Amino acid sequence: MDFHLSEEHRMVQNMVREFTQKEVIPVIKEWDRRQEMAPFILPRMAELGILGINIPVRYGGQGFDYLALGLVCEELEAADSTLRVVMSVHMGLNSMALLQWGTEEQKKKFLVPQAKGEKAACFGLTEPGAGSDVAGIKGTAKRVGDEYVLNGEKMWISLATKAQHALVVLRTAEDPHEGLTAFILELDRKGVKTGDIHGKLGMRAGSTGWISMTDVHIPAGNRLGEEGEGFKIAMSCLDNGRYTVAAGATGLIRACLEASVKYAHGRTAFNREIGQFQLVQQKIAYMVQSYEAARLLYLRAGWMKNQGERNTRETSLAKWFATDASFDAASEAIQVHGAYGFSDEYDVERYLRNSKGAVIYEGTSEIHQLMQAGYALGYREDADLRCELPSYDAEFWQAAG
Amino acid sequence: MKIAVFVKQVPDSAAKMAVDNGTVTWGEAPLVINPWDEYAVEAALVLAEKYGGEVSALSLGGESAKEALKHALAMGCGEAILISDPAIPSPDAGATARILAAAATKLGVYLAIFGKQAIDADTGLTAPMTARLLGWPSLTLVAAITQLDAVAKSIRVERGIEEGRQVVEGKLPAILSIGKDFGEPRYPSFMGIRKASKAEIPTWSLAELGIPAPEIKVSWPEIFSPPPREVSGDLITGDSAEEIASKLVDKLLAAGVL
Amino acid sequence: MAGNILAYVDHFKGRPLQASWEVVSAARKLAAEPDGRVTALIFGPEAEKMAQASIHYGADEALICEDASLADYRPEPIAALISKIGKEHQPDAIFFTTSTRGRELAAMVAIDLDSGVLPDVINIENQGGKLVATRPIYAGKLLAKVECRSKPQLLTLRVRAFGKPVEDSSRSGKVTKVATALGETQLATKVVDYATVEGRVSLGDAAIIVSGGRGTSNNLTLTPPAEITDEKQREIWRAQQGFRMVGELAQVLGGALGASRAAVDAGYVPYDHQVGQTGKVVSPDLYVAVGISGAIQHLAGMRTSKVIVAINKDPDAPIFGVARYGVVGDLFEIVPALTKVLKERLHK
Repeated sequence: MDFHLSEEHRMVQNMVREFTQKEVIPVIKEWDRRQEMAPFILPRMAELGILGINIPVRYGGQGFDYLALGLVCEELEAADSTLRVVMSVHMGLNSMALLQWGTEEQKKKFLVPQAKGEKAACFGLTEPGAGSDVAGIKGTAKRVGDEYVLNGEKMWISLATKAQHALVVLRTAEDPHEGLTAFILELDRKGVKTGDIHGKLGMRAGSTGWISMTDVHIPAGNRLGEEGEGFKIAMSCLDNGRYTVAAGATGLIRACLEASVKYAHGRTAFNREIGQFQLVQQKIAYMVQSYEAARLLYLRAGWMKNQGERNTRETSLAKWFATDASFDAASEAIQVHGAYGFSDEYDVERYLRNSKGAVIYEGTSEIHQLMQAGYALGYREDADLRCELPSYDAEFWQAAG
Repeated sequence: MKIAVFVKQVPDSAAKMAVDNGTVTWGEAPLVINPWDEYAVEAALVLAEKYGGEVSALSLGGESAKEALKHALAMGCGEAILISDPAIPSPDAGATARILAAAATKLGVYLAIFGKQAIDADTGLTAPMTARLLGWPSLTLVAAITQLDAVAKSIRVERGIEEGRQVVEGKLPAILSIGKDFGEPRYPSFMGIRKASKAEIPTWSLAELGIPAPEIKVSWPEIFSPPPREVSGDLITGDSAEEIASKLVDKLLAAGVL
Repeated sequence: MAGNILAYVDHFKGRPLQASWEVVSAARKLAAEPDGRVTALIFGPEAEKMAQASIHYGADEALICEDASLADYRPEPIAALISKIGKEHQPDAIFFTTSTRGRELAAMVAIDLDSGVLPDVINIENQGGKLVATRPIYAGKLLAKVECRSKPQLLTLRVRAFGKPVEDSSRSGKVTKVATALGETQLATKVVDYATVEGRVSLGDAAIIVSGGRGTSNNLTLTPPAEITDEKQREIWRAQQGFRMVGELAQVLGGALGASRAAVDAGYVPYDHQVGQTGKVVSPDLYVAVGISGAIQHLAGMRTSKVIVAINKDPDAPIFGVARYGVVGDLFEIVPALTKVLKERLHK
C-alpha cells in the first residue's frame, strides 16, 4: 500500500494551489463581503482546465483520475468553499453523471462543452418542499410525443444563475421512488427562469439560486437514463458530489489549521507566543487529527472510484466526517484567534460560516449517520446499478479518441 | 530554431534559512524552481509560440534539480536536460557560466535565456559571464522583446535599467536575462504536468560537454546568520492624528534621519 | 596592500550615480597604505567632468574615454576597455557599483581576466592584501564571507553600505585619455532608444523612502467619479488617491516613492516603485511603510534601512516587528497629519 501521492498528483495539487494563492486568496474576502460571485472564477477555472480535470480527453477533459479531482477540491476549498462548490455541482453532480449514465450522443452534446469549460453545469434536485426527502419531489415532466414538458421549482441550486446546463430530477410517475426521471436542461430554454438567493450565512462569494420551469419543452433525447431511473441516478450523482465535498472540507480543515498555527506563533500573551499554552495546543492537535483522518478517508474513496468499486458507503463516511470536523475546526480556529477571529479581517470567521453549509447539503450529517448505521446493521445494502461510474483507465482517459 | 532556457533549483523564497555547522539549511521548506527562471521559461515559450521553435530547459545541479526541469516541461518546454557531474559539486558563477556556455554550444541554440538572478546566491553574474564566454551579445534585465528576426538574425529588446528603459538591438545568437516586467509566467498546464511526469530527462556530464572541470575562483570561508537587529520598537500613540504626527517627527528629528 | 584599485564610475549619459562616489571613496579607504593608488575609470559622455569629481572623492588619477562608441552604455566595449586597462595596470582589485551596469561589467571583466566577482558586498576587510567581503545571500536571510582566489579581485559594492563619500575639492590628480579597446564594427549591439523617467528620486539612491501598500486603496470615504463603474477600476482610483497622499509625504521629506508587491500587482503603481525581493533592494536612512503588512518578501527588500517607521491599522502586522517607530492607526488620518507637521517643522 503506497500512501505517497504520485509526482503527477503532487504537481496538479501545486498548480491549483499556485492559482488560488495568486489569483483567488488576495481578493476572495472582498467578494464574500459583497455577497457576489467574482466574475473571473468560472472563466479562469475553465481556462486552466480545472472544470474538466477528471473527464477523459476524448470528452473534452484533462484525462486525470478521481484522486486528482479530490486533490483539486482540497486546494480550492482551502481558498474558499465557493470554488469547490463549482466543482461539486459542475463536475461531481452533473458531468460525472453524464459520464456514468449518458449516451454517446449526450456526452458529445453536453459533456464535451462542460469538460472544456465552454458551458457551466449545475444540479437541480432539491425543491422548496423537498430536501432530504428526495422522493417528495413534486416537479413534473410529462411526455408529449417526442418531447417532455417540465414544470416545477428547484431551490438551493448552486450556479443556478451562472450555469448553462442543469441536470434536473422530476416526477414522471406517481410512485415516490420509481416515478422520478433525470433530464438535461439547457437553462436558456423558453419557460426557464433563474434567480439568486441572498442573505446566506455562508458561501457568500458563491452563487446559490433557484430554477423555475413553466411548460418548458425539451426533446426526449435530453432524458438521462430511463424513465423511473431518476432516483437511482440522483443517488449516484450524490456519490460523486459528496466526494468533492469531503475533499473540500478536508482543505477547509487544513486552512483552519494553518491559520491557527500562524496566529499561535504570531500572537503573544503573558510574555510568550500563545502556541505555548496547552489549551491552544489542544485545539491545534485536534485539527491535525481531523485533517489527516479526513484526508485518508477521501483519498480512499477516490481510490475506490479509480478501481471501479462501489463506494457509496465510503464516500458518505468521508463526507460526514470531514464536514462535521471542518465545522468544529473552524469554530476552534476562531477561538485561537480570540477577538480577532470574530472580525472579518481574518479568514477564520468565513471558514466557519462556509463550513455550516456543507453539513447540510449533499446529505445532512444526520442522513449520513442513518446510512452508516444502516450499513452496519445490515438494514442497508447497495444494489448494482445499470450503469456504474467507469473505473479510471489511463489509456482510455488520456487518448484523444 | 532552438532556444535554451537555464533553470536552477533553489529553496522556496519563504523558507527560514539557517546555518548548521557551516551548512545552509532550510527546514521543511520545499525546493522549487528559481522564481526568476519561471519568467525566463515564460519568455522562451512566448518566443517559440510567436516565431516558431523548440525550447530546451537545462539545469546544472543534482538529481533533485530534475524537479525544476519538470516544472519547466509542464509549463511547455519541449525537452529538459540535467547537467550533473561529481567533479563540480559547488560551482561559482564563472564555473557555471563555462558549463552552460558549453551546453548552449552543444545544443546549437540561437538564444539562451536566464532568469535575472538565482535567489540563493543572488549573484546575477551567470548570464553576462556566459555571454562573454560565447562572444554573444549580453542583453540582461529584459522587460520586453519587441522584435525577433531569425532570418536577419537580430533581436530587439527593452532592458529595465535604473533610469527607465533602454531599447537595444543585438545580433543573434544572444544571451538574455529576464526581469520582472516581462509578464507573469504561466502555470504548468494539466497536459504539461502529464507530459512532464512521463518525460525522460537525460543527464549530461562534463565529458559529454567536452570540457574539463572549470576552476573555482570564489570561495566562501564563512556563512552565518545576520546579527539580530536590536529593534526596540516604539509605538507612538496620542489623542489625535496631529499629536501622533508631532511626536513621531520629534523622534525622527532626534534620530537624525530627516 | 591593497596596492592598486581601479574604481569604475557608473553613470547614465554623463550623470554619475551617487553610488559611484561611494565606490571611489571606499576604494580610497581600502587603498590607504602609502603605496595604495585609486584609479577612476570613466567612459562615456562628460567623462572629463566626472573625472574631476572622482578625484575630489578620493581617486588619485582618472582614465577617461569619450569615444562615440561609448556614448550609450553597452557592456561589451566598456568591459573590453576595463579589461585592457586591467591587463596593463595589474591592479589588486577593481571596484564597481552594484547597479544594472556595474554588475554586468564586473561579470564580463572577470571572464576576460580569468578572475572572479564578489557581488553586492556590504563590507570589505583587508586581510594582508586579500580582500574578504561580506555579502547577503538568500535575500539577506544569511550573510557570507567571500573571497576571490585570483587577481584582480572584482567587487561590486552595495549602495549606501560604505558610508557617505566626502568631497574634497582641494584634491588634484592626473586625468589621462585612453583609446577604446574595440571598434564600432566589432560590436554586435546598438542602443536604439530610451524611455526614461526624469526628475524622480531613484529608489536606489534615496536616503528617504516612503512606500505604500495595499492599504492605500481602503479609503472608502472617497467616492470615485460616476463614470468609473467597474469595481476594480474604482479600487485603483481610490488607491491612486491614496498613493498621491503617500507621494506628498515622500516629497515633503525629499524622498523617493516606493510600493509593496501587493500594490504593484493590484495595478496601483508601476513596477519601478516596487521594493522587495522581486523589486528593488533598498537601504535608506529612513523607510516609512504606509499600509504595508510586511510580508517576508517585502522585508527582504528594506530590512537593512537605518530607521523604519510603520503606519498600519493592524497591530499584528509583521512590519511592526522590524519598525523602530510604529503607529497603529488610520493611515488616511496619520499620513496627512505627518505631511502637515513636517511642512511646518522643515519649513517647506
